[in-house]
Amino acid sequence: MSDFFAMGGYAAFVWPAYGVAALVLIGLLVATFKTLRSSETTLKALEGSRPARRRPRRNDAAATSPKVGAAEVGEG
Amino acid sequence: MHRFANPARFQRLSSAILPWSAGATVVLLIVGLYFSLFSSPPDYQQGETVRIMYIHVPAAWMSLFVYVNMAIAAACGLVWKHPLADLFAKAAAPVGAGFTFICLVTGSLWGAPMWGTWWVWDARLTSVLILFFLYLGYMALVNAFDDPQRGMRAGNVLLLVGIVNVPIIKFSVDWWNTLHQPSSVIRMGGPTIDGTMLTPLLVMAFGFTTYFITVVLLRLKAEIVQRKIQTMRLTEAQG
Repeated sequence: MSDFFAMGGYAAFVWPAYGVAALVLIGLLVATFKTLRSSETTLKALEGSRPARRRPRRNDAAATSPKVGAAEVGEG
Repeated sequence: MHRFANPARFQRLSSAILPWSAGATVVLLIVGLYFSLFSSPPDYQQGETVRIMYIHVPAAWMSLFVYVNMAIAAACGLVWKHPLADLFAKAAAPVGAGFTFICLVTGSLWGAPMWGTWWVWDARLTSVLILFFLYLGYMALVNAFDDPQRGMRAGNVLLLVGIVNVPIIKFSVDWWNTLHQPSSVIRMGGPTIDGTMLTPLLVMAFGFTTYFITVVLLRLKAEIVQRKIQTMRLTEAQG
């Protein structure tokens, strides 16, 4: 087993190569999940802050709730 | 193609693909790691360092594959104003940059014991470094505009201009004298690499491809949600 980890004396090069790859690929996946989760939460909050209606993205709907979501607009 | 331009239809399609691509990624990478670390022989010249190849070469293939895909999407975005094409390029860029980074770092870790140097400014290494900067430049450019549409258009133009770098990378080892070895897999006359080393290489390459598909679908999903948030805020600001 220690033979395997020694990699014929090249352990200092082989393992970091696999380590960097694992770090980058896992890091990207985790970051992707985080953005997806947080943007879905924001969307849900935005939708929840408006009065329920059947068709989203309609001018008349926006006109009936002019003040809602004003705080979020400032961030964007 | 235009059938998939509808985000709702795309969402349905992507949720159907995601479990399969995620499962395939896990299986392929486990099998690939087993092949590349246990059941493949050390090289007669390079010893155990040859195992770096099973990360390095698939990552290098992916860095080019992702870029070409992004450039095709950029062309579709510019010509047909395809709404998902722009978002695809934006979603794929960090993944492509990640693969290019892996390729550069593992190449360096391989070069140090085998070439006696971490880095040389030769054609192959320099052109891949430029590819890495193209990815970073694209990501910076897309986010540099207040109007996301303008950012996308500028980024798409950069992607199309940068495509000249792709054949330069591919043929750099033939056109110039370089420390980097020429192709041994994708070449005229078939691969010269031994089968025991070709298997782990291909399995890892497929694993990286399914990983790319999985992560891009997830990122696209997030981009579509963010696009929705944007339009909601816009209508509210106007109302």
